[in-house]
Amino acid sequence: MSKMIKITYREALKQALREALQTDEKVFLMGEDVGRYGGAFAVSKGFLEEFGPDRIMDVPLSESGFTGAGIGAALGGMKPIVEVMTVNFSLLAMDQIINNASTLLHMSGGQVNVSVVIRMGCGIGSQLAAQHSHSWEPFYAHVPGLIVLSVGVHEDARGMVLTALKSPDPVILFEYTSMLNMEGEIPENSGEVDISKAKVRRSGNDISLITYGTGVYKCLEAAALLAEDGIDAEVLDLRVLRPMDEESILESISKTHRALVVEDAWRSVSISSEVSARIMEKGFFELDLPVERLCGVEVPMPYPKHLETAALPQPMDIADKVKKMLRS
Amino acid sequence: MIRFKMPSLGADMKDGTLAEWRKQPGDFLQRGDIIADVDTQKGLIEIEVFSEGTLEKLLVQEGEKVPVGTVLALIRPVKGHEKEEEELPVTSVDLHPIEEAKPSELPKSTKERIKISPLARKIAEENHVDITQLKGTGPEGAIVKADIEKAVSKKGKEEAEPIDLKPVPPSVESIRMAVAAAMSRSNREIPHYYLEKRVDMSNTLEWLREANKNRPVQKRLLPLAVYIKAVAKALDEVPDLNAVWDNGLVRKNEINIGFVVSLRSGGIVVPSILQADSKTVDEIMDAINDIIPRARAFRLRSSELSESTFTISSIGEGGADKVYGIIYPPQVGIAGFGGISEQAFAVNGMLGIHPVMDITLAGDHRATDGLIGSRFLGALTKYLQNPENL
Repeated sequence: MSKMIKITYREALKQALREALQTDEKVFLMGEDVGRYGGAFAVSKGFLEEFGPDRIMDVPLSESGFTGAGIGAALGGMKPIVEVMTVNFSLLAMDQIINNASTLLHMSGGQVNVSVVIRMGCGIGSQLAAQHSHSWEPFYAHVPGLIVLSVGVHEDARGMVLTALKSPDPVILFEYTSMLNMEGEIPENSGEVDISKAKVRRSGNDISLITYGTGVYKCLEAAALLAEDGIDAEVLDLRVLRPMDEESILESISKTHRALVVEDAWRSVSISSEVSARIMEKGFFELDLPVERLCGVEVPMPYPKHLETAALPQPMDIADKVKKMLRS
Repeated sequence: MIRFKMPSLGADMKDGTLAEWRKQPGDFLQRGDIIADVDTQKGLIEIEVFSEGTLEKLLVQEGEKVPVGTVLALIRPVKGHEKEEEELPVTSVDLHPIEEAKPSELPKSTKERIKISPLARKIAEENHVDITQLKGTGPEGAIVKADIEKAVSKKGKEEAEPIDLKPVPPSVESIRMAVAAAMSRSNREIPHYYLEKRVDMSNTLEWLREANKNRPVQKRLLPLAVYIKAVAKALDEVPDLNAVWDNGLVRKNEINIGFVVSLRSGGIVVPSILQADSKTVDEIMDAINDIIPRARAFRLRSSELSESTFTISSIGEGGADKVYGIIYPPQVGIAGFGGISEQAFAVNGMLGIHPVMDITLAGDHRATDGLIGSRFLGALTKYLQNPENL
């Protein structure tokens, strides 16, 4: 076991990007303010000086244009990392992502792969109000041809982009801005992580908390609260939202026989609906309780802090919900 | 290992109470041995086994009421028969789910859907827990895993509590309800067609008179024995009527003729003469003499109640001229024998007074058409009129 180091989520992301840029000359980073400004969230601070303007490219405010350019570069054999400053602006790039990145392998009869990694800062929690607080994971996870990853813990922040770059197909990487300053412990030699499987972050026997992204730490906190009451909750981090790792979900259910799915995204037609449906389809006879969900309240995100907090599942809400389910 | 299950003793049977084990673990069982008595709406029935082996384990306690299909016991097969997996003393009758046998006009059942988690249901089935007796502690009062586990541990403790096992004959009402359920279902589901044929019984009666002349009273043949044998032979010729309907016509190998026995208290039971085609008329008569008193005393064997492949209803002397039957599901035909009466009847261009009988056939039009039915009545007439060849 190697030494554990303390690191912020931002620093973990940064180290991963630097390692990617250092180890493969084809890798380059492009996005709004990634160069001279050092990244809107300071993830690429110092990169321009270290790697030069050819590999750290500032681009105009045109999500559709530069995402398309990144896809073109991938077709040309490069390994572009496209940073879409926040997920909210990715709506403008959706045509490129969905009509080009996800389909070209199919449309070309298998001749061209689109090996592009598109990073998006996302998440809620800094009073950015309705237009800048979106959770579009369900949108992208809906699209065949994309690989959709969610960076819910520090270890994945340090490693996911490295594995994503190895994928021959387009990868959407969701990073959470509200977690940038959060400190966590990871092994000193952290690096590439598996991007095909969900991961149990806490093992338990009484109920499966199935979640991703910002939900992971919230569920772990809830599990710690529940442990005080003698409830042994398992936390399953989906990590890969597409293609979904059904096997790990069913394995967890077969052990706990109960599930609560937690996410910040709106409830209707969401990742949690998909998880719930799959449990019903393949794990029905393992269930001892109906699958339940805790999701974002279906309103445009309010600006006031207390309302913003109330609009999302919080650790206390999760713990309360579990206790209600288990009638304890 | 052979899994011996609670047989269905008729389309109207949902469950049975295991009244008494006649065999104990370690006993060697032979085909036809009576393994247990089961209390049903039709009385105390002796349940037979149909395979050889050593009784390994009893899974259901005496006094326990279990649904049809519940595994009652495990039997270790004799060497060379290990491949046999299931003991299925039931053939035709349990092909259709019983639940639908309750027509809406019957007194409304108070049974509500039981809320139970899929996992709890699974565990309950594995442990033979009767979920109808449980109170759930889950959401909306649903039964959850913990409730079953509690019941299982309780069941372990209550082991071997003595239960009054005196067989109680079924009430008039319960028989009425059983008949009502089976007949309502038949009328609801089966599109019947009806055929009838008038048969000159002169030869038959003459033959019977001759045959009975030198017999003691107890050994005398009744027309019923001739009817059963003739029907069996006719079915052998027209096998499509010796069948059940299970989303399609399924012919049966054995010809087992059920015959309607009226009970003095009201209601009917339909015991069966097994393999009637390979029995002589005398053997059939012996079987009838054996079965009827037992049927009236509600002491029939499982095979006699469950294995009929065709049914007949006979009115008997002096009764109505014709009887049109309602098919006993899932069978596909029922023959009705009216009373024999003297009628003006032309034979070979000569009008005379002959003893005649009207026979009818009700057929399931999903399974067969009138042509098949007509062929059957033709064959039946031929055998009835030539009893010496039976």
